[in-house]
Amino acid sequence: MHEMAVTMSLLDLVLKEATRAGASRVVAVNVVLGEMTGIVDHCVQTNFELMSRNTPAEGAVLSFRNVPKQARCRKCAHVFQPTGICWTCPKCQSAELEIIAGNELYVESIEVE
Amino acid sequence: MEVKVLKDILSANNQIAEQNRRLLASKKIMAVNLMSSPGAGKTTLILRTVEALQGRARIGVIEGDVSSSIDAEKLSQAGVTAIQINTGGGCHLDASMVNSALANLLLDDIDILFIENVGNLICPSGFDLGEHLKVVILSTPEGDDKPHKYPMLFANADALVINKTDLLAHVNFDLDGFKSTFKGVNQRAALFAVSGVSGEGIREWAAWIMEKLASVRSGK
Ligand SMILES: Nc1nc2c(ncn2[C@@H]2O[C@H](COP(=O)(O)OP(=O)(O)OP(=O)(O)O)[C@@H](O)[C@H]2O)c(=O)[nH]1
Ligand SMILES: [Mg+2]
Ligand SMILES: [Zn+2]
Ligand SMILES: [Zn+2]
Repeated sequence: MHEMAVTMSLLDLVLKEATRAGASRVVAVNVVLGEMTGIVDHCVQTNFELMSRNTPAEGAVLSFRNVPKQARCRKCAHVFQPTGICWTCPKCQSAELEIIAGNELYVESIEVE
Repeated sequence: MEVKVLKDILSANNQIAEQNRRLLASKKIMAVNLMSSPGAGKTTLILRTVEALQGRARIGVIEGDVSSSIDAEKLSQAGVTAIQINTGGGCHLDASMVNSALANLLLDDIDILFIENVGNLICPSGFDLGEHLKVVILSTPEGDDKPHKYPMLFANADALVINKTDLLAHVNFDLDGFKSTFKGVNQRAALFAVSGVSGEGIREWAAWIMEKLASVRSGK
């Protein structure tokens, strides 16, 4: 639902970076998107197409690198992907975890000309 | 030509949040971002907290609402300084909305600022407002499976308040099981079980808030 606000911020950031690079057109945008953000990439894509009209980013191709959530067990340091309803360490059954990936929401790079 | 960016998409929001944080610090105010589903009991918890802290801390409220001002009116009637932000359909508060609200509050008269976010378990978690504490409220009728459905919100909370404990006998909510699953995603958060109706647990919650206020003030 808040893909609108996220896309607006994304477009602002992309345009600012393009201007800074002295570019006149943005060809591609590479976004890193963690699973925990709950953001749906195709919504961002659709919003971006609409919002970027008549800007130097119109027609830019968005690519998303989706990062699955990952946890590290605080007891035995095992790193795994929590699934289902019960997030416990598959090695030692501990429920004391630290989320180490999946919160990402950033622009890795843009392709400009 | 490829340009490396490596910047958070919400970095513009984060910068304004930083400004808010500095302003609040200069006024020695502790800000608490309250997040929950619609109707979980955010406004009720604020009212109960104001009662519990009467004479001990001055409380101000920023009410985020999609369009109405019912909650702000409810609070004003109870004598609480409340300011309304209408997000105009937006599903979360962002730092610049809070920034404008701060400009309209008498900050010298506030010790604790509650920010009631828009009722929603997804978006608010991504938007830093410049608050000191993120508090999530979950009410027992919502069910005990939420931490894994909305991990980001629960994983980043400083406290979790389980509200509507007076309904435990009528709803399917396993309090102990819930506490252990929640601990699985968040070790560090304080946990409270309260009822906004009977007042159960409010004293413990209010004591924690006062403890946090003292540590914010002492600069820890
Ligand atoms: N049984 C019971 N009802 C409660 C409790 N706390 C709040 N309520 C009721 O739940 C309803 C919603 O409470 P609010 O405090 O308005 O919830 P809110 O999260 O502020 O709601 P929105 O701002 O609309 O998202 C009201 O009818 C309250 O009276 C509680 O502990 N037990
Ligand atoms: Mg409310
Ligand atoms: Zn949102
Ligand atoms: Zn383990």
